[in-house]
Amino acid sequence: GTDSGPDPFRISRRLQKGFCVGVLPDGVDRNSEAFSSNSIAMEGILSELRSHIKKVLAGGGEEAVKRNRSRNKLLPRERIDRLLDPGSSFLELSQLAGHEMYEEPLPSGGIITGIGPIHGRLCMFMANDPTVKGGTYYPITIKKHLRAQEIAARCRLPCIYLVDSGGAYLPKQAEVFPDKENFGRVFYNESVMSSDGIPQIAIVLGSCTAGGAYIPAMADESVMVKGNGTIFLAGPPLVKAATGEEVTAEDLGGATVHCTVSGVSDYFAQDELHGLAIGRNIVKNLHMAAKQGMEGTFGSKTHEYKEPLYDINELRSIAPVDHRQQFDVRSIIARVIDGSEFDEFKKQYGTTLVTGFARIYGQTVGIIGNNGILFNESALKGAHFIELCSQRKIPLVFLQNITGFMVGSRAEANGIAKSGAKMVMAVSCAKVPKITIITGASFGAGNYAMCGRAYSPDFMFMWPNAKIGIMGGAQAAGVLTQIERATKKRKGVKWTEVEEEAFKNKTVDAYEREASPYFSTARLWDDGVIDPSDTRKVLGLCLSAASNRPLEDTRFGVFRM
Amino acid sequence: FGGASIKPKERCIEKILVANRGEIACRIMRTAKRLGIQTVAVYSDADKDSLHVKSADEAVRIGPPSARLSYLSGATIMEAAARTGAQAIHPGYGFLSESSDFAQLCQDSGLSFIGPPASAIRDMGDKSASKRIMGAAGVPLVPGYHGHEQDIDHMKSEAEKIGYPIIIKPTHGGGGKGMRIVQSEKDFADSFLGAQREAAASFGVNTILLEKYITRPRHIEVQIFGDKHGNVLHLYERDCSVQRRHQKIIEEAPAPNISEKFRTNLGQAAVSAARAVGYYNAGTVEFIVDTESDQFYFMEMNTRLQVEHPVTEMIVGQDLVEWQIRVANGEPLPISQSEVPISGHAFEARIYAENVPKGFLPATGVLNHYRPVAVSPSVRVETGVEQGDIVSMHYDPMIAKLVVWGGNRGEALVKLKDCLSNFQVAGVPTNINFLQKLASHKEFAVGNVETHFIEHHRSDLFADESNPAAEEVAYKAVKHSAALVAACVSTIEHSAWNESNQGNLPSIWYSHPPFRVHHESKQTIELEWNNECKGTGSHLLSLYLIYQPDGSYLIQEGNDSPSLEVRVTRLGKCDFRVEEAGLSMNVSLATYLKEGYKHIHIWHGSEHHQFKQKVGIEFSEDEEGVQHRTSSETSSHPPGTIVAPMAGLVVKVLVENEAKVDQGQPVLVLEAMKMEHVVKAPSSGSIQDLKVKAGQQVSDGSALFRIKGIIT
Repeated sequence: GTDSGPDPFRISRRLQKGFCVGVLPDGVDRNSEAFSSNSIAMEGILSELRSHIKKVLAGGGEEAVKRNRSRNKLLPRERIDRLLDPGSSFLELSQLAGHEMYEEPLPSGGIITGIGPIHGRLCMFMANDPTVKGGTYYPITIKKHLRAQEIAARCRLPCIYLVDSGGAYLPKQAEVFPDKENFGRVFYNESVMSSDGIPQIAIVLGSCTAGGAYIPAMADESVMVKGNGTIFLAGPPLVKAATGEEVTAEDLGGATVHCTVSGVSDYFAQDELHGLAIGRNIVKNLHMAAKQGMEGTFGSKTHEYKEPLYDINELRSIAPVDHRQQFDVRSIIARVIDGSEFDEFKKQYGTTLVTGFARIYGQTVGIIGNNGILFNESALKGAHFIELCSQRKIPLVFLQNITGFMVGSRAEANGIAKSGAKMVMAVSCAKVPKITIITGASFGAGNYAMCGRAYSPDFMFMWPNAKIGIMGGAQAAGVLTQIERATKKRKGVKWTEVEEEAFKNKTVDAYEREASPYFSTARLWDDGVIDPSDTRKVLGLCLSAASNRPLEDTRFGVFRM
Repeated sequence: FGGASIKPKERCIEKILVANRGEIACRIMRTAKRLGIQTVAVYSDADKDSLHVKSADEAVRIGPPSARLSYLSGATIMEAAARTGAQAIHPGYGFLSESSDFAQLCQDSGLSFIGPPASAIRDMGDKSASKRIMGAAGVPLVPGYHGHEQDIDHMKSEAEKIGYPIIIKPTHGGGGKGMRIVQSEKDFADSFLGAQREAAASFGVNTILLEKYITRPRHIEVQIFGDKHGNVLHLYERDCSVQRRHQKIIEEAPAPNISEKFRTNLGQAAVSAARAVGYYNAGTVEFIVDTESDQFYFMEMNTRLQVEHPVTEMIVGQDLVEWQIRVANGEPLPISQSEVPISGHAFEARIYAENVPKGFLPATGVLNHYRPVAVSPSVRVETGVEQGDIVSMHYDPMIAKLVVWGGNRGEALVKLKDCLSNFQVAGVPTNINFLQKLASHKEFAVGNVETHFIEHHRSDLFADESNPAAEEVAYKAVKHSAALVAACVSTIEHSAWNESNQGNLPSIWYSHPPFRVHHESKQTIELEWNNECKGTGSHLLSLYLIYQPDGSYLIQEGNDSPSLEVRVTRLGKCDFRVEEAGLSMNVSLATYLKEGYKHIHIWHGSEHHQFKQKVGIEFSEDEEGVQHRTSSETSSHPPGTIVAPMAGLVVKVLVENEAKVDQGQPVLVLEAMKMEHVVKAPSSGSIQDLKVKAGQQVSDGSALFRIKGIIT
């Protein structure tokens, strides 16, 4: 990483030129071949992404959408739009959940989740999509629901459940029902969040059968819409089978029954819009404004900010599609932070990791970005910086583009494992909001040290050019081929070069497929794939949502010295 | 008033009580203030907080809302004058302004009545008497019969002398009551007898007069003024032909399309009329002009300051209320007839709270939004209301008078139309759109006015259902306005959240465009539109708003209409500059909540439309939907009744009716949820009313049997 390292003479030249200390230079050569080839490649990647998104935004298909409309029901995103403060932003999560995971398409995993304000109060929305398999819960639906609850619990966001679901997807009951992180966990989370004072609000806009019935039943307050909303443990067919009783859905568990007789629901809504309006009112009456101040949270007091000096859309051209291509992460940082003002920490040391302080929409953050593979010094620097931010209660932003830690005898002898462990320890224990953006590669232990999914970042997003895996396809193929060759040799089996090449290709293909951001995001290894030019906005929204977290002191474990 | 050499005979008025309300009270007070005269308002309970009360130095409550018990109660008003030490009473128009008794009462109490002598009021109050006097004075009268001889045959011969068509009128009363037009001799008897009956019922007097009926009449009146020194002059004429329900709505001065000679003759006739009754102060002599013969005839004299006096003021540059006060003070008229200037042309449009499509019926309600046009030397707005006031059923529903002046009729008309399109009233239906149509009519533009103007041009002035093309154009304009409403409403809401959340959430949550992951933020706005010219119910317009990255909106009406790109800049609370396809314009919006709807009015260019938006939360709970099924439904059963604990199937019945059972003894078995449930006797006794049988389905809570205690 010497070529990307800072040159002290360049710094002094910059100072002479009258640059302010801390203002990052543009750092982009628009005439370079890389710039133009990256932009062309990214355009292709983005158009593929948009075509996938277009499909999921259409929900469960024309027929189902039409049927939904004929029942005077809105689509889940429209429902959310009506609940949100008019014209406010919405940070939708994992739009491509379930992408190509099952034989049949499952747009957005059958549930829409995300964060947005109601009466100025950020809420977590979880809206079943009744046009997708009747809103039933596939395994990924549950995973997405639980992830939303996890964020809500962590960021103390009131939960709004827009319920319109046929319950668990029965053919997959084994993957949906029994395990710890299965359906039951939804209600567990509702109870625990409620006990923690995080409001749980359910609006029943459609059926709410079996397990689904517990979502409103467990809620602090629930609204039911006349005609469409039903809550019952067993629907009319099952009741008939079980007890012989013949009863209509409305009489069995309609809004009238539950609002006037059973008390399962608290608010009777004449129609969907009325129900959603009641939902807004419930949030208005949470009276959380009184209890919520900036004291005791990670939020910065100032909301004033400057826009970055450079065009954020250029991130589409900076992002390398070929991960072997080097680029300076500062050119990304310069485009996402306020006024492009970056106070770099330990600039001349461990230069493959860039660390420093900045503001994003006025929120102070510590930024950690990769500028090459992690060496001993870079890992130590990272651990140091994380310690600083933890003590000062400054949220951390990780800009991942990491192919791994340095390998080889010299690195091992220098204790790269020890240094890496320090950084992983620091990342694991830091009790500050952490947001990870994978801008390029995310391979091996680098993923860990840079706050990968296992390190519970509050939010994690991928750029569409990113790749994730234990190692690159080529490296994996190399390792596996060596092992296979050794095995074959031991067994005395002959392995032709053609066979070996085929084996290699197969491995590379499998790795490539699994390293794709679509494979990742479909399985919720992240919270979504974002357009690089949305990075600043997404970071701002995430930081704002996470800034609600109560302050905690960090206690690190034993650092191997 | 340069007459400094003439000493006023009476003590100068220092405090005036205005025995009226609304715009005229405000208008009188304005002049009084300018002259350094203190003002006293009187008000009924309905007007406690109204503008005329606020405008006065002092205000006295005179009774409940009913005019009869307040503004028409002369004695109470006299008391108020005494209490406040007012030396003069200005009656305005309407109410007590033409009550000779009240004028007399003032005179008797030593108060100055700012108006004509009581005798003149009395003389002119009786239509027959006034015509007799006028005829004697040589003022031309409509050929007719005003005699005491009311015998039907005599009347019939008189009618023949006049020549048909004739009009039959009661001598007392007005408002069109008892009036009948008779086209030919054969209809005379029926009409005459009917008019007599109606007059007797309405006015208690059944005397009738006959007049020639003028088919295409104009209503032209002359403003006259006299002082207590015998001087009388006229201030030219006003044309008040355009009327609805026999009430004027657009007046102008001078009258269009009349010759100078005609004008002079008319003025002289009016002065003669005033002299004939020893008139002083302000008065109006109304003439009916036969457009076919160019003859004018005396109709009546209004012994007060008229509603439409401002159009005269605008062309002669005088303040008639000031003249009234000066005359009441005993001063002579400031100028002579030859000195009366005349310059330009003035229009007055009366803005009423009324329901135009329902036959101009008066409307009531709250003025949720009231923004009259800006006043200038050539634009006057005479009003007695403010935003938030209520137009009540107790009084005249006039909201304001819009008065404009121009160098000539054309100039004034341009100004009138412009002012009408900028005159913003929301909350009550008004006639503004209708006035606009009137003012824009081609016949009106050339001054072809007559009293039947509205009836003759009905098809142009009201929506014409036989013209679908015109309707299509109108609906297109509505849709366009709806799109602008959507953009402005969205802008308002957006900035409202931004403002109310300052310091709470970072502004990125309320950025424009709102952030969405990989898609544009889209908002749906549903607006209801009622065709106010037709009672055909409401149209629902669904507008889709897409927030564009550059801060503009892409708006679609319905799913397949072309989209409109609109950029909105907010200028003020309800003012916007809207740009669409390179065209930018001013747009104003008014919104208010009423009956579960958000009402939205929009004004742009000469368009004004009104929409409703359903407000989710304002629903009143529909109690029918929530039938209270009492949980104690079982209590309707006789005491000791055992009900089914759940819905299920009766599998076995273990005992017979009338059987004696011990407490806890199984009586029957129900099966539900694949489980058997044994129903036991809750106490010892005998089984009664056991009606269920094995295999029978029972519902939850239904009666199974009853236990009759052994002892009881």
